[in-house]
Amino acid sequence: MKKILIIGATSAIAGATARLFAERGDALYLVGRNNDKLQVLAGDLRVRGRGQVVTEELDLNDMAAHEAMIARATAALQGLDAALIAHGTLSDQSACQASVEMTLMEIKTNALSAISLLTLLANIFEAQKQGCIAVISSVAGDRGRQSNYVYGSAKAMVTAFLSGLRQRLAKAGVSVVTVKPGFVDTPMTSGFKKGPLWAVPEKVAADIVHAMDGKGGEIYTPWFWRFIMLIIRHIPEVIFKRLRL
Amino acid sequence: MAQQILRSWGRVLAAPADVVDMPAAAAPFPALPAGSSSLLPFGKGRSYGDSCLNPGGALLRTKNLDHFISFDKDTGILVCEAGVQLADILRVIVPQGWFLPVTPGTRFVTVGGAIANDVHGKNHHRNGAFGCHVRRFELLRSNNERLICSAEENADWFSATIGGIGLTGLITWVELQMQPISGPWMDVETLHFSSLDEFGKLTAESDSRFEYVVAWLDCSDAVGRGIFFRANHSAETEQYKKPLCLSLPVVPPVSFVNNLSIKLFNTLYNKKSDGSSRAHYEPFFYPLDGVGNWNRIYGPKGFYQYQCVIPARHGLAPIQEMLAAVSKNGMSSFLSVLKGFGSKPSPGMMSFPCEGVTLALDFANTGASVQRLFAALDEIVAGVDGRLYPAKDGRMSGALFRAGYPVLEKFSTFVDPAFSSGFWRRVMEGK
Ligand SMILES: Cc1cc2nc3c(=O)[nH]c(=O)nc-3n(C[C@H](O)[C@H](O)[C@H](O)COP(=O)(O)OP(=O)(O)OC[C@H]3O[C@@H](n4cnc5c(N)ncnc54)[C@H](O)[C@@H]3O)c2cc1C
Ligand SMILES: NC(=O)c1ccc[n+]([C@@H]2O[C@H](COP(=O)([O-])OP(=O)(O)OC[C@H]3O[C@@H](n4cnc5c(N)ncnc54)[C@H](OP(=O)(O)O)[C@@H]3O)[C@@H](O)[C@H]2O)c1
Repeated sequence: MKKILIIGATSAIAGATARLFAERGDALYLVGRNNDKLQVLAGDLRVRGRGQVVTEELDLNDMAAHEAMIARATAALQGLDAALIAHGTLSDQSACQASVEMTLMEIKTNALSAISLLTLLANIFEAQKQGCIAVISSVAGDRGRQSNYVYGSAKAMVTAFLSGLRQRLAKAGVSVVTVKPGFVDTPMTSGFKKGPLWAVPEKVAADIVHAMDGKGGEIYTPWFWRFIMLIIRHIPEVIFKRLRL
Repeated sequence: MAQQILRSWGRVLAAPADVVDMPAAAAPFPALPAGSSSLLPFGKGRSYGDSCLNPGGALLRTKNLDHFISFDKDTGILVCEAGVQLADILRVIVPQGWFLPVTPGTRFVTVGGAIANDVHGKNHHRNGAFGCHVRRFELLRSNNERLICSAEENADWFSATIGGIGLTGLITWVELQMQPISGPWMDVETLHFSSLDEFGKLTAESDSRFEYVVAWLDCSDAVGRGIFFRANHSAETEQYKKPLCLSLPVVPPVSFVNNLSIKLFNTLYNKKSDGSSRAHYEPFFYPLDGVGNWNRIYGPKGFYQYQCVIPARHGLAPIQEMLAAVSKNGMSSFLSVLKGFGSKPSPGMMSFPCEGVTLALDFANTGASVQRLFAALDEIVAGVDGRLYPAKDGRMSGALFRAGYPVLEKFSTFVDPAFSSGFWRRVMEGK
């Protein structure tokens, strides 16, 4: 039985991951901004699992509240073995281009709030010398593209932050997982036309659990995105400039 | 919202539809997408024809309505949202000593779909249809009215929605009664029969002693040979072992199913010897679920299932006639299932099962030849006041539907004005 803090728990991917944890008996502390959704999820997890399920309503952009929330989670579960950060918003790129305020807001939600949480969690996990910290970043962070570079650059920041954190925490025996999903069929992408590259949240969830149980590191999910992104990262800038990606 | 091509299980029809995801059970009824004049709930698309499709209109997916609400392991009462799959229910309840009171031949269907088609299983002679075990549900109408429906409360809506093929509104959550079991094992007996007469005798002697009874027919000729399965939940309580799953990843360019492969399959299957065995419930109830997307073996043109029920007073003679028609038309059915239905009534006014015997036949979509055969089969069914199962249908005439479901007039008054389906428009044409 593990004690797991899930931040942004009402996300479809986080919800599917929480089910896998609950089914094997883990105790869960779920944080999200919509209490109705949290209660529906918690009720479901209580039927599927045997472990404790506690919820907390919090807008994660309220960064001043992060420290107290983590303290409450640690107290409720009597310790933490793992934390998963999953919240995010798929920025409206063209709206961001027209608004500094919106661009900074998207960076705040997708990068700064995660970095605030990670700074606090890192110190706790480093001191306890065990556990796993996982964050859902994105393949979009591997290279900025005109269609979503605001979101992409926020995810790039998270990815780079985690890469450094992984090095630091390795010495303490704490694993750090960077999850890079490709296209996933969730409410975030409900307006998109789906094709063969699309994955279901359950698949991504299984990959996340596998990585969190293992040694940590960067994962692409589904796996083939590693190769797609390898190619995209290596397209020379002169050609890339002319692509419509 | 996006246009998508969703197919039903038979894969014959591929019409684009606007897909809307119901965000949550408590969310308000979503607006119709611009350009769509109607909408239809969509579970897992395990219906074979066009009763779960709405070409040119919108489909309201229930995949986000997949949460359990409560399960009382002392009483076996389960409450869950309508998009929860039977497979998930089994995962939760079997380890706690409970089982579905009725299950169709696949566990990848939603409870909403199971209610809308009032599905039946191999235990119809004991437990009746799925609707007999539904205690309550909430129905969300397009005018945002929420009706709690049960045998006592809004009883007419309860009756219209069970077997109501998704047309009366969206079921958001349901309360179901499960049945107790000792463990995941089944005690199964397998017997060969070499005529429909023998099938009839086996059915008569088995119904009182066995909870589950079903037969696979060898359709390579008109004799009426087959294999009879009868089973009970075992008292054995041994540990759970999960069988292996395979999946057909793509649609092969041609159909692998032809008369030769069917003969081969039936011959091999007939080699299976008589006897008793203990089986896990998964391969017993869901032999095809082990091969994901097996429906793709029929190739890009897809296939039809023809399922009828013949009222008990006509015995098995019409079945014999149907087998003769199949063989006369030079067709063969890969999977042919024969089973008796009991007399337990369902609360659903449009429920398909009635006391008698049901025959289900699968045919590749070979165009005109298979349609000719269907016309011949329809004539036999109509002649004995039988009816076809909308969950499996993609082609029956409006006349046959209306003759089979005389309560149609009354049912129509419960149809939500914003709801429609390909099936509904087809069978109500000219009405
Ligand atoms: C291999 C296989 C074996 C089968 N065996 C059997 C069997 O033994 N017995 C049997 O009876 N059937 C059987 N079926 C048919 C299947 O059980 C039914 O078609 C079932 O209704 C499919 O459920 P679904 O969730 O996929 O719903 P869909 O096929 O997506 O929809 C079916 C109907 O339910 C409606 N619906 C779905 N959700 C809701 C909701 N929330 N509110 C209101 N309406 C809703 C839809 O509008 C549609 O009319 C079998 C199918 C397959 C593929
Ligand atoms: N779907 C994809 O294709 C894809 C691809 C790559 C990466 N990702 C990443 O995967 C993660 C999960 O997303 P998803 O696909 O599961 O989509 P989702 O279901 O829409 O989940 C996003 C979640 O983030 C929450 N959230 C947003 N802002 C918040 C805030 N300020 N405070 C608290 N919660 C907030 C949302 O809460 P509400 O429910 O209350 O709105 C929602 O639950 C995200 O980080 C996303 O960037 C997704």
